[in-house]
Amino acid sequence: MSTMSLSVGPQHPGSGHFRLQLKVKGDIIVDVVPDAGYVHRGEEKMCEYRNLVQNIPHLERPVILDSVGVLYPYVLACEDLLDIEVPERAQYLRVAMAEINRIISHLYWLGIYGIFLGHSTMFMWPMGDREPFIDLAQLASGARVTFAYLVPGGVRNDVPDSFESQALKVIRYFEGRLREYDNIFFSNPLFLGRTKGVGVLTKKDAISLGAVGPTLRGSGIRSDVRKTEPYDVYDELDFDIPVLDEGDSYSRAMVAFLEMKESLKIIKQAVEKMPKGPVKVGMRGQVRLPAGESYARAEAARGAMSYYIVSDAGKFPYRIKISPPSFRNLPTIPFLLKGARLADMPVIYWGINYWPVEADR
Amino acid sequence: MSEPIENVNDFIKKVLEIAFWVLIFLPMLIFPIILIVENYLPTKISTLMANPDPEMIFALLDSDFFRVAVFPGFTFAAGFAAFIGLWERKILAKMQMRVGPLYAGKFEGILQPIADLLKLMSKEIITPRGVDKPIFWAVPLITVAIAASLLAVIPLSETSVIARTDVGVLIIFAILSFFPIAALMAGWASNSKYPLIGALRALHQMVAYEIPMILAILGVVILSSSMNLLEIVRIQENIWFLFLLPIGAVVFFITALAELERVPFDLPEAESEIVTGWLTEYSGMLFGVILGIAVYVKFYAFAALFTVFFLGGWHGPSVIPAEIWFILKTFLVITLMIIPRGVYPRIRIDIMLRAGWAKLLMLSLLNIFVALLILELGILPVR
Repeated sequence: MSTMSLSVGPQHPGSGHFRLQLKVKGDIIVDVVPDAGYVHRGEEKMCEYRNLVQNIPHLERPVILDSVGVLYPYVLACEDLLDIEVPERAQYLRVAMAEINRIISHLYWLGIYGIFLGHSTMFMWPMGDREPFIDLAQLASGARVTFAYLVPGGVRNDVPDSFESQALKVIRYFEGRLREYDNIFFSNPLFLGRTKGVGVLTKKDAISLGAVGPTLRGSGIRSDVRKTEPYDVYDELDFDIPVLDEGDSYSRAMVAFLEMKESLKIIKQAVEKMPKGPVKVGMRGQVRLPAGESYARAEAARGAMSYYIVSDAGKFPYRIKISPPSFRNLPTIPFLLKGARLADMPVIYWGINYWPVEADR
Repeated sequence: MSEPIENVNDFIKKVLEIAFWVLIFLPMLIFPIILIVENYLPTKISTLMANPDPEMIFALLDSDFFRVAVFPGFTFAAGFAAFIGLWERKILAKMQMRVGPLYAGKFEGILQPIADLLKLMSKEIITPRGVDKPIFWAVPLITVAIAASLLAVIPLSETSVIARTDVGVLIIFAILSFFPIAALMAGWASNSKYPLIGALRALHQMVAYEIPMILAILGVVILSSSMNLLEIVRIQENIWFLFLLPIGAVVFFITALAELERVPFDLPEAESEIVTGWLTEYSGMLFGVILGIAVYVKFYAFAALFTVFFLGGWHGPSVIPAEIWFILKTFLVITLMIIPRGVYPRIRIDIMLRAGWAKLLMLSLLNIFVALLILELGILPVR
């Protein structure tokens, strides 16, 4: 049987701004060439023409679903270079917002996962349940998608008094919904049949391919920046890192599902433990980064996200290097797709949680 | 038409093309027109218009033409199909905590099918370069014709039936095996990769699920010792075959879902992998004809067949007419067939084929043994 080449994307319902050049032999994929770069915006270069605060809105544009997660390492790196101590209330607020955003991002991912598997209910439910969390984030920041909430030295503004009660209400609602998700989707026999044993990434391969985030934890490696290198107040909060050993699509989906439960725990603790006080270190005028370099890592929704900032004490940063988790996970896609069935392509591709805009930055 | 014929190959190709169009148009347009013009138009309708006579109207309502074109036939089925489309969207929306179509029409988006139809009619029909034009254009006609031909043998009541034939079940088997051919024609004529993959999937799926379906109906045929659908319904007057042959009913239900390409068996049109499967290159009203009319008329026909084979057809307390009983039962079956769409993800082709060839085939054989056992024990009153 001869091979047929299939171009999945960039105009394909299941690809996003991304192209996979597949070679299929019957139903089996024999060769994969990922073609990224359709949405390259030059974020790193843009950083060199803007000062610290001006960088915030455009840096979160590549990952509008996880805008706090993508900004977190940036503000950490800036604070490291400026050598400032963030007020404790701001630290708790950042953690709470980061976890709210992690849930928003995971719910979006789950919805698309559902429709990729042809499960329309699992598309509609998470998309609807993102709404309370978006409202919560709107209460805190005023924006519904790109919050621009984190700034070097704290958070942009304090939350209103109703934030805590609203957050606890949303958490109670969503805990019940997670059980329903489990019933209709994660315990669904056809879902188990579609994902169990599909796209198995062993521990060794996951390390050698440099996977991060839920992909790595789904392969049985306990790696989460929030635990291994705790930043802000993560070491004062009680939460688990879900790790599953199978390394297949099911365990990757399950890790993300369990992470939402842990995020709920973190938000609850953060809003309850939050002390009163200032939320920002006052910085007046045009702040210049002192000469030097700094590196910071944080756990975004898709995995470890890191920034490397070099400054020559000028008006703007000299160089900013972004390492997004999607780009780190990209090599696993062709690795897993080779030898898989064509019908498993959307499951594996979306199970990695690859976000083309984030990878191209 | 204007290309000059230079060699024998071209000549044969031209002859085949002409034969193709003749074969398409003869049964679909010319025969019906001859039938209408010869039998009805000049004689009955013109006299009716000149001299309105109630008896003439009743005679027209009782004619074959009316049956084929209007009541148990195509118009009724197409109208019902349009309603199924709306009902499906509403029931799915309720399952997913949405409201569904709401704005077309005063009440709950009741005019949504008409709005959809107008939208599809106003869209451009694109025939991509490189498609095999005659086949590409013929597929919508063929799918509608195949789906509608199933209606001929379905009895809505003792009187509302188009074809009173003794080989109704055989006719259904024969019609069933045309569906994969139509899908393959569409996939091949589109000259594109995704339609081809979708058509091959449809072919595998329909062939694999046709056999368990036929064997499941065989149980019914054994019990009723007839292939006449009217006879099959008549024998269920006291007890429905659903209670005698539950395994057969389950097998028929599952295989019907697969033949209809409905969730969880919608692999031939899995949009995340192969766009819309064998329908990918169709647009505008060509797409509307296949998806809106052919697919939903087929849906209605399969639900009606389930009613005939297992739910006792038109039987029920005689407070409401037999036709209404039949429609109510069919509607129930349709609702049951819609619900999996909100509950299940799409199945994978290898899992599906294994289930079809191994499990369902075994179950349908078991069903035949159950039928033979019932016959041997004499539970059913013998005619």
